[in-house]
Amino acid sequence: MTTDVGSESTPQLAEDLLKRPAGPGQRVHAVLHRQPALSPAIVLILAGVAFTLLNSRFYHLQNLSLIAQQVAVVGSLAVGQTLVILTAGIDLSVGAVMVLSSLVMSKLVFDHGVPGVLALLAGAVLAVAAQTLNGLLVTRIKLPPFIVTLGTLSIFTAVTLIYAKGQTVSLQPGGFLLWSADTVSIGSLHLTNGVLLMIALYVVMGFALRYTAWGRHLYAVGDDAEAARLAGISVNRVLLSAYMVAGLAIAVAAWILVGRVGGGDPNSGLNANLESITAVVIGGTSLFGGRGAVVGSLIGAVIVQVFDNGLALAGFDPNYQVLSVGVLVIAAVSVDQWIRSVKA
Amino acid sequence: MNVSPSGVTAASRRARGSRLAAAGLTVCLAAALAACGSNGGSSSGSSGSSGSSAGSNSGAKVGVSLIVKTLTNPYFVSMEKDAKAAAAKDNVKLTVAAGSSDGDTQSQISAIDNAIARGDKGILITTNGDAVNTALRQAKQAGLFVIALDTATNPTSVADITYATDNTAAGKLDGQYAAAALAGKPAVVAMLDLFNNQVVSVDIDRDHGFLEGMGIDPGSTTQNAKEAKSGQYKGVAGGPGGSYSIACHQPTQGAINGGRTAMENCLSAHPDINVVYAINEPAAQGAYNALKAAGKAGKVAVYAIDGSCSGLKLVSSGEFATDAVQYPGKMASLGVDSIAKLARGGSKPSVTQGKTFYDTGTALVAAKPLNGVTVQSPTQAASACWGS
Repeated sequence: MTTDVGSESTPQLAEDLLKRPAGPGQRVHAVLHRQPALSPAIVLILAGVAFTLLNSRFYHLQNLSLIAQQVAVVGSLAVGQTLVILTAGIDLSVGAVMVLSSLVMSKLVFDHGVPGVLALLAGAVLAVAAQTLNGLLVTRIKLPPFIVTLGTLSIFTAVTLIYAKGQTVSLQPGGFLLWSADTVSIGSLHLTNGVLLMIALYVVMGFALRYTAWGRHLYAVGDDAEAARLAGISVNRVLLSAYMVAGLAIAVAAWILVGRVGGGDPNSGLNANLESITAVVIGGTSLFGGRGAVVGSLIGAVIVQVFDNGLALAGFDPNYQVLSVGVLVIAAVSVDQWIRSVKA
Repeated sequence: MNVSPSGVTAASRRARGSRLAAAGLTVCLAAALAACGSNGGSSSGSSGSSGSSAGSNSGAKVGVSLIVKTLTNPYFVSMEKDAKAAAAKDNVKLTVAAGSSDGDTQSQISAIDNAIARGDKGILITTNGDAVNTALRQAKQAGLFVIALDTATNPTSVADITYATDNTAAGKLDGQYAAAALAGKPAVVAMLDLFNNQVVSVDIDRDHGFLEGMGIDPGSTTQNAKEAKSGQYKGVAGGPGGSYSIACHQPTQGAINGGRTAMENCLSAHPDINVVYAINEPAAQGAYNALKAAGKAGKVAVYAIDGSCSGLKLVSSGEFATDAVQYPGKMASLGVDSIAKLARGGSKPSVTQGKTFYDTGTALVAAKPLNGVTVQSPTQAASACWGS
C-alpha cells in the first residue's frame, strides 16, 4: 500500500525521488496516481465528443444547462459520500436521509406553515442528526459502515414512508424552499440556484480537504487508521466528523431536491444512494479509502448524467444507459486497482 | 407510489424476490433494496389490525379477511377504509392484514392460515407473490371463497375470482382524449413509462392502452417502445386523424423527480413535443415541472392515470389535461359484499363479460369536455377519489 496521502498536494512522492528510468506505462501510471480525477475527466471529454457526434443538440448550452440541473442533487449527495468513502467506509443511507430531510422540509411548510428558513434548518439538523447516528454506530459500537448504513437505510426509508403516508407534497411557487430551483442565467446558460449551491459545496469541501488539518487527517485515517492513530490523530473523532459533515452535504442535496420536485415526494431519490456511490467511484475515489479528490465525484456524477442525457438524445433504449454506467463502474475500479497495485 | 399496486405481475415480484435472495454483494444488496423501494414498497409493521364492525344487523357475523400488500401506500389504505365501511354495513367481522413490504409473502401466508383457523368465510387478497398460492389453495379446500383484488394470482385459477381495474382501458381513455384534442394536428408524443429494469404489467398495459386509444398499434404484447416510430393516429368518433411521431420512451420510476428528468431529456431531443403520456400522477407532475421550467406549461398536454384526490386537483388547475381514475376502495367493498352475500346463501359473483376478471371500472376526468369522449368533471369525480 502506498503511503502518500492522496493528492497532488504531496510535493514529492517516494517514486519520484528514486529517479528510475520510467517507461511510458510507468509515466502514465505516475500521472494518474498523482491526479485521481484525471481519468474520469478524460472519459467525460470523450463522452461529450461522442454524444455531440451522435446528436448535435447535445452541446447546445440549453442542453448542457439541463445536465447541470439534473446532476445537482446527486452531485451534492456525492460530496457527502466522498467524505465517507475517503475514510474507507461506505454510506448506503445518504439517499434515504436526503429524501427524509426533503420531506420534513416541505411538510413543515405545507402542513404546519413553518417559515421556509426554519423548515430548511430543521431538515438540515435532521440530516446531520441522522448521520451522527451512523457515525456513532461506526465509532462507538464498532460496526462496519456497510452494516450500519444498510440498517439505517431501511430505518430511514421506513420512517420516510410512515411519515409521508405515501403522499406527495406540492409547495406553492415562490416559497423560500423553492429558491433552489430559481433560474440563474449566464448568457444562454440557464443554471439554477441549486446548481450554484452544489458548486459552492464542492469549492468549500475541496478546500477543506486539501488545506485544513481536518482534511489531511481524513485522508490519513482512510489510508491507514492504525498509522493515523500512532501519529496522534483521534481516529474516532475524525470518522464521526466525516459522517456529520456528510449530513450537511445531504441537507444541501435535500434542498435542491425540494426545488426540483416542487415539494416532497417519498419516491423521488430512491436510487440516489447507489447513484452517489457510482459517482464517487467513477470519479476516481478509492473504495479502500485515503485516495481521491472530491472534484472527481462531481465529474463522476456529470459523466453518469451525460450518458443518461446523451443516450436519450441519440434515441437509444434507456437500458443502454444502465449498461454503460455498469461498464464505467467496473472500468473505474479496475483503473484504481491498477494505480494502487503497481509500484513505480 | 400510486401505480405499483394496480397489477404488478407475479413474475416481476418473483424476480425481485430472487434478487433479494442473492443479496450477498455490496451493491447487489443495495440495488435490491432500492428496487423494492422504488416499487412503492414500504416497511411497516406486519401485524393485522382488526376492524370489527358494530353489528346491529340480524344473523350471525360473517368473517372476512382482507390481506393487502402493505398498509403504508394510500392505495391500500383506501382499500382498507372502504372494506371496513362495507363490513359495518354487511354485519361482517373484518380482519385486515398486510405484508411488511412489497413482496413479503410470509406475512401474507400467516394471515391466510389465520383466516382458515378463525373460520372466516372468505379472503380478499392482493398477493405479494406466487408463494401464497399453496396457502390459498388450502383455504379454498377449507371452504373459503378467495377473491384476488387488484392483482390477479398466477395462475388466475388459484382465486375464485379477480376484482381488478383495467389498466389498458385507463390508458385507452387518455389516448382517445389525446387524439380528440389534437383534432388532426400532427402529434409528437413523449411516453413516460415506469421502469426500464423490470417488466411490470401495469407499465405495459397503460402504455399500450394509450397508444391504442390514439389508434396506434403497440407492435408487441409484452414490451414497450415496439410501435412504429411514426405514422398516422386515428381520430375519435369520426373526428380527424393525423400524423404522429413517438419522441421517446423514458423510465420515470413513477416518481416526480424521475418524471422531470425523463421529460427534460425528451424535450432536449424533441423541443416540439405536444403530447405527454405519463404512467401515473407523480410522473405526470414531474413532467409538468419540466415543461414549466422550459416555458411550455399549458402548451403541452399531460395525460395522467391514477385518480387520487390530489391528482384531480391538478386536472382542475390545468396541469394535467386528463386523469384516468381507478377505484381501489370499490374493489374491496365489492369483495366484502360478495362474500357476505355468498355466506348467507347468495350466488357467486361472475366476471365481467369478455374479461378474465370483474372490472371495477375506470373513468376519464377532464376539465374540458370534448366531442366523442365521455368525461367526468374533477368535481364529479372527487366523491370517489382516493388518498387525500
